[in-house]
Amino acid sequence: MKTVILPAEYKSLEKISKFVVHAAREAGFNNQKVYEVELAVDEACCNIIDHAYGGEGRGDMRCSVEVGEGKLKVTLEDQGRPFDPTLVPEPLVNVPLSRLRKRGAGVFLMRKVMDELHYESSPENGNVLVLVKRK
Amino acid sequence: MEISTTEYKRCDVVEANGRVDSNTAPQLEEALKSITDSGKFKIVLDMSGVTFMSSKGWWVLIDTQKTCKRYKRGELVLVNVREEIQSSLNLVGMGSYFKIFTDLTSAVGSF
Repeated sequence: MKTVILPAEYKSLEKISKFVVHAAREAGFNNQKVYEVELAVDEACCNIIDHAYGGEGRGDMRCSVEVGEGKLKVTLEDQGRPFDPTLVPEPLVNVPLSRLRKRGAGVFLMRKVMDELHYESSPENGNVLVLVKRK
Repeated sequence: MEISTTEYKRCDVVEANGRVDSNTAPQLEEALKSITDSGKFKIVLDMSGVTFMSSKGWWVLIDTQKTCKRYKRGELVLVNVREEIQSSLNLVGMGSYFKIFTDLTSAVGSF
């Protein structure tokens, strides 16, 4: 398992992306799947910054990757407010452009591209989000 | 991310390079907004150099599209969108809000 700890800032997104892209390639994923992992992790980190911490520079994000038999497990941890992305309602899609609303598209996508999504929150460990993608 | 804008007779072409995420999306937003703020609503976004686009980036494009299409005064069209980006747009049903071209000449010629 490899881990990186970075400040919960938008500037950190590119570094975390590089870190998970490297792991996804190591897991033997094709370009499409590598991109999907990159996208899901980026959206999850934005949720940590925007919703758990309520803005940039208020704590750290810890990202761990584990390459297993035909799968990649990414664990994201933070010490912000509990924010469960699995509970965000699905956004309205395929509606007229003027009725399109912002909320939830990133989380919706995260659910679509990853095979598993687990969230836990406790005072001891903070928020822990586990994302799993299979080959 | 690097962004450049070229003014053509029929439309404006914006070329973006690099990652469009929460850190860089405001730059893209500013470039597109400066065009619509000057009263021009026919825009081609050349994405050949865009390697990654998060939902924050899509919303910049959606907001620009809403502004451009209001009163049927124009449109934002995309060109040379990386396959992975396009399939993620389609996955959340956002691909249908944009015309996507595979070459710049056709995109500019669509206006």
